[in-house]
Amino acid sequence: MNEPTRRITVTVNGTEHEREVPVRLSLVDFLRETLRLTGTHVGCEHGICGACSVLLDGDPVRSCLMFAVQADGHAVTTVEGLCAAEGRMSVLQDSFCEAHGLQCGYCTPGMLVASHALLDKNPSPTAQQVREAISGNLCRCTGYQQIVDAVLLAASRRSGAAN
Amino acid sequence: MKSAVFEYALAGSLDEAVELLAQHGPEAKVLAGGQSLVPMMAMRLARPSWLVNVNEIAALKGCAPGTGEASGCWVTGAGLRQVDAERHAGLAAGVPLIAQGLRWVGHVQTKNRGTVGGSLVHADPSAELPLVARVLDAGLVLRRRAGSRVVAAAQFFDAPFVTAVEPDECLAEIRWPVWTGGRIGSAFEEVSIRHGDYAIVAACAQVALDEQGRCLRAVLGVGGASGTPIAVEPVASALAGTRLDESDIEAAAAAVGGHLDPTGDVHASVEYRLHLARVLCARVLRAARDRALRA
Amino acid sequence: MAEKTSPYGFRYIGAKRRTKEDPRFVTGRGRYAADVQLHGMLHVAIVASPYPSARIRSIDAQAARAAPGVHYVLTGEELCSQIDSLYIGVDAPKVKRYPLARDVVRYAGEWVVAVVAETRAQAEDAAELVEVDYESLPCVVDPEEAIRPDAVQVHPDHGGNVLFHRRFVWGEVDEAFARAQHRLSFRARWGRSATVPIETFVALAQWDAGNEIMDVWASIQMPKFPEQLARALRMPANAMRVHFDVDVGGSYGVKRGIKHTLLVCWLARRLGRPVRFLEDRLENMRGGDMHGPDRIFDMQVAFDGDGIVRAWKIRALDDVGAYAGRSPLQLGKPVSAICGPYRIPAVEYEPISVMTHKTPQEAVRGFGQSPTNFAMECTMDRVARFLGMDRVELRRRNLIRHDEFPYRIPSGTTYDSGDYHAVLDKALAAADYPALLERREAARRAGRLAGIGVSTCLEPSGGNSSFEPLFNPKNETTTWMDSCLVRVDLNGTITGVMGTSSSGQGHQTLVSTVLGEIFERDPSGIRVVHADSLNALPSNSPVGSRMAIMLGGAAAGAARRIRDNLMAIAAHNLGVAASDLEYRNGDISVAGQPDRLLTWDQLVEIAHRKYHCMPPGMEPGLQAQFVWEVPTGGTLPTADGQVQMYPCYSFEVHVVYVEIDPDTGKPDLQRYVVGHDCGVMINPDIVHGMTCGGVAHGVGAALYEKFSFSDEGQLLAGTFMDYLIPSSLEVPAIDIVDHCTPSPLTTFGQKGSGEAGYLGGPAGIACAINDALAPVGAAIAQTPMSHLALWSLIQAPRDAGQRAA
Repeated sequence: MNEPTRRITVTVNGTEHEREVPVRLSLVDFLRETLRLTGTHVGCEHGICGACSVLLDGDPVRSCLMFAVQADGHAVTTVEGLCAAEGRMSVLQDSFCEAHGLQCGYCTPGMLVASHALLDKNPSPTAQQVREAISGNLCRCTGYQQIVDAVLLAASRRSGAAN
Repeated sequence: MKSAVFEYALAGSLDEAVELLAQHGPEAKVLAGGQSLVPMMAMRLARPSWLVNVNEIAALKGCAPGTGEASGCWVTGAGLRQVDAERHAGLAAGVPLIAQGLRWVGHVQTKNRGTVGGSLVHADPSAELPLVARVLDAGLVLRRRAGSRVVAAAQFFDAPFVTAVEPDECLAEIRWPVWTGGRIGSAFEEVSIRHGDYAIVAACAQVALDEQGRCLRAVLGVGGASGTPIAVEPVASALAGTRLDESDIEAAAAAVGGHLDPTGDVHASVEYRLHLARVLCARVLRAARDRALRA
Repeated sequence: MAEKTSPYGFRYIGAKRRTKEDPRFVTGRGRYAADVQLHGMLHVAIVASPYPSARIRSIDAQAARAAPGVHYVLTGEELCSQIDSLYIGVDAPKVKRYPLARDVVRYAGEWVVAVVAETRAQAEDAAELVEVDYESLPCVVDPEEAIRPDAVQVHPDHGGNVLFHRRFVWGEVDEAFARAQHRLSFRARWGRSATVPIETFVALAQWDAGNEIMDVWASIQMPKFPEQLARALRMPANAMRVHFDVDVGGSYGVKRGIKHTLLVCWLARRLGRPVRFLEDRLENMRGGDMHGPDRIFDMQVAFDGDGIVRAWKIRALDDVGAYAGRSPLQLGKPVSAICGPYRIPAVEYEPISVMTHKTPQEAVRGFGQSPTNFAMECTMDRVARFLGMDRVELRRRNLIRHDEFPYRIPSGTTYDSGDYHAVLDKALAAADYPALLERREAARRAGRLAGIGVSTCLEPSGGNSSFEPLFNPKNETTTWMDSCLVRVDLNGTITGVMGTSSSGQGHQTLVSTVLGEIFERDPSGIRVVHADSLNALPSNSPVGSRMAIMLGGAAAGAARRIRDNLMAIAAHNLGVAASDLEYRNGDISVAGQPDRLLTWDQLVEIAHRKYHCMPPGMEPGLQAQFVWEVPTGGTLPTADGQVQMYPCYSFEVHVVYVEIDPDTGKPDLQRYVVGHDCGVMINPDIVHGMTCGGVAHGVGAALYEKFSFSDEGQLLAGTFMDYLIPSSLEVPAIDIVDHCTPSPLTTFGQKGSGEAGYLGGPAGIACAINDALAPVGAAIAQTPMSHLALWSLIQAPRDAGQRAA
């Protein structure tokens, strides 16, 4: 069987990309290999580890469990798109640095995506709510403790800024 | 872990989806949330020749009280995202078991994509939504080019990952019976090894009590302990007329095992699953009763 | 979070400082091996054996070769004739190991054929078309069966399945057993798990034909990696350029990837195109050769009524799977701490390394120490239970006292320093131990199973690899050096150069902090780069909790050489002796005469431009290198197997409170406190993070993770659906309380901490679980302590009770 393809248009981090892609190409491979947005990582390709998490129309999803053709006409935000204006770190990203909520950095983009989505819906979560929000993202370095600290720090900083 | 080659079609409507299924025959498959199908394709355990993407069909995402032949039910579209079903206040009031079951399902990322109908059609014997549908005996509306039919959940689940859905059919909507009369309570509980994993065993119950606390009606079911979700109807119906006190509940829970046919694996033996079924059935009956008494 | 200023009186070391690495990772700008995408790159997929033991009758690759996009189909027959067998840690030359099987397969998942295509998807398509005709052969899966003389042999040429077997006796063991008032024995079983990083192995190679250099980007953490590659490929080592500047997505020991890299190097040279192998999770779990120790401990202990342990005997049978690299040596590291933190004067240790038809074992965090600590701590708790003695009191009586350091243990190693009783007290105070005891009693009164665990464990750190000569008389390794090159450029900025890759340990932060400390210059302006292997000084990579000690020490040594040069330049130009000068923030002045000063910029200018102002004979420029031998290293083992192994000994106490649902067997870790002493912490956030990560890994090994195999040799945990890595909801909140007993052997008093948390975690959790099981008369000494295992134990005595009633 020949490789079927489709022409798709996906808005990634605010930029529209039009590409002809094999229909079996996963969204994460499209982001990484086609668009060369390598911030999003591949961990298990079967939907458990969460390393490939991205925002699809604002909601976190696993990009290994979608084909790129399914994102046609939709908006995707990756870790590269979480930065504040002029490429500066967002409060959340900065808080991950402050609390050292990472080590090897491999699960970090997924953790940021999951916690970004949490703070959008719940600006002042409890530690338990943070743990629930990142429970679909596996990390082997941190034991999660400093990630939880980082998200809580970001929440308190953001609410401080709003006051 | 890349999928084998397939052809792809985006369905703009349910009519178009069933037309495509009819055209492409038994090797075509509906792509809904994809949270189970896509990993199976990545492992090449599933290799459909065609995928029909139904994610853009707005008509499949409804969630409203039923009318006409669906009156007395809440009707959810098969394509309703699990996250939207879990957060829907009206649905939670009418059929609380759905949100109670969804609390145990996966993680936020998978619920944002996974659909209510997709979980039913996938028919994992330990999945939560099939158990809820089976226990409530939901009606599943299957569409094909020639028309549609309603299959009761009792006739829907045939075997692990096997349902009554024919290759040219697409699950369109689910009719969830809304109980009325009496004080109603329900509960869902499961044991999984990690939060969000498929259950080793899951159980759920719904009861209606009269003003005196006597059981008018009860349903009880177990997932993960047979090839399909099991509604233990004889056990549940025997509870009618009791006060659901501890001895009633213990007797019911003890009787559940006779209706189950679990298998063993490295994480759970047959005996462990039977034991969990008994423990969980007692827990959900107690919790459902207590909620009903507070209702 | 850490103090803003150093608690040790240093300027930067020990202070709260952000890491150098984090900003690039949080903005998606890390550069992992899979992010290196070269023009014309080809992709590899693997055909793996479905049989644990079989003869390969024939391979038909015709259809695969004709498939779309396919460039090459490589079999073991072709590859093995052109390369040499991979390195093996013990003396077993007949145990040959190649990236692809030839003639025989020895585990299910072993690589048989590699397919190279334009895309990975096409390579997988073609891999499905390769037809391998196997003749299934008998297999041996149980390690106890495998050591029998009549067992099925994994490598018949080797003669038996045992790779290494020796009985070490240090001290008067039999006498102690004869004299002691009590003896106990039991079996502990450590299940096969691993660190399973979220990034799989990735290897990319490009043959630079013009320069005759093989460029390699790989996600690895491996000592002597370029040399091993070159030797196997029959290439000069100086034709191998491994780029250590790729970020590695977690390792904790396992990222060796030697066969992966060997394969792509061979293919890249053969095909003249860059070739990448991005191992997928299925290949990783069964064929990535990264499973950890898989051990049966037979423990015997001799002790008196006062709880003093007089001697113990440890027999450890370790199943390394079908091939051996360094894995048998994982039985060697425990020799360095064979009596734990206790004053046990006589020890017998009988390590046995055996092969079976399973996925090979690789180095896992702690290199065999965590399983050993688990077995030792289960022993201590059993002694306490036998005597009816408080477990904490038992430990207090046996722990080495602060005033006894340096302390020489029976196996010949001297522990550098420690204050075990103080750390234990701190941890118990932080956990509010009396309140925990009350909580446990309240839970028990309410009919719940509740338990408290207290483990006291060592982390040997800064290894010199002395287990190599101990386990292989033909190997005379006595150094395990690391090194750093430091440059101050013409503009006065400082660069540190290291010769290995990092997998999350924060080495750029480490080196910049150390350089900042010595130069008294702000570390945020100091650059640290990873050289490639042709530009690098020797390194033995970040194994064995060694980089704070070894790379930190080397960086300090190089910086001091430059500082000495600056002092000499200043002395020459100011006309005084160097001893009359004061160094402050990089400026140098005459003591007591602050205006007789040469600034940093002026000194740098002299070194780089004004040779006429340099002291006679001094090299121009400002650069220095320092290659550091492991402190206390340099000697071979004695005939009876005594050896100084690791120089530094970190110590950790875990206090764990668990409740187990008696009806389901589900454990719930409700309180977790770690008391930790790794000497001076160079960056406390990094140490704390690694410690929490180690605890999480310990939670996984103790309760969830196992590479289960069927009796027929099939892996039953080949995906993340079956191999259960704990999430943020299974790993509890962790409180860490620090203590600092500086090491007298290291530059700043630091010790290692890369394995912290993991070395005492499973032990502490096991102690807590056993305490919870005590009221029902049950005990467990196996990992993982699965829901099913716990439920079965809880259920068994109850059934018995019901029958009795």
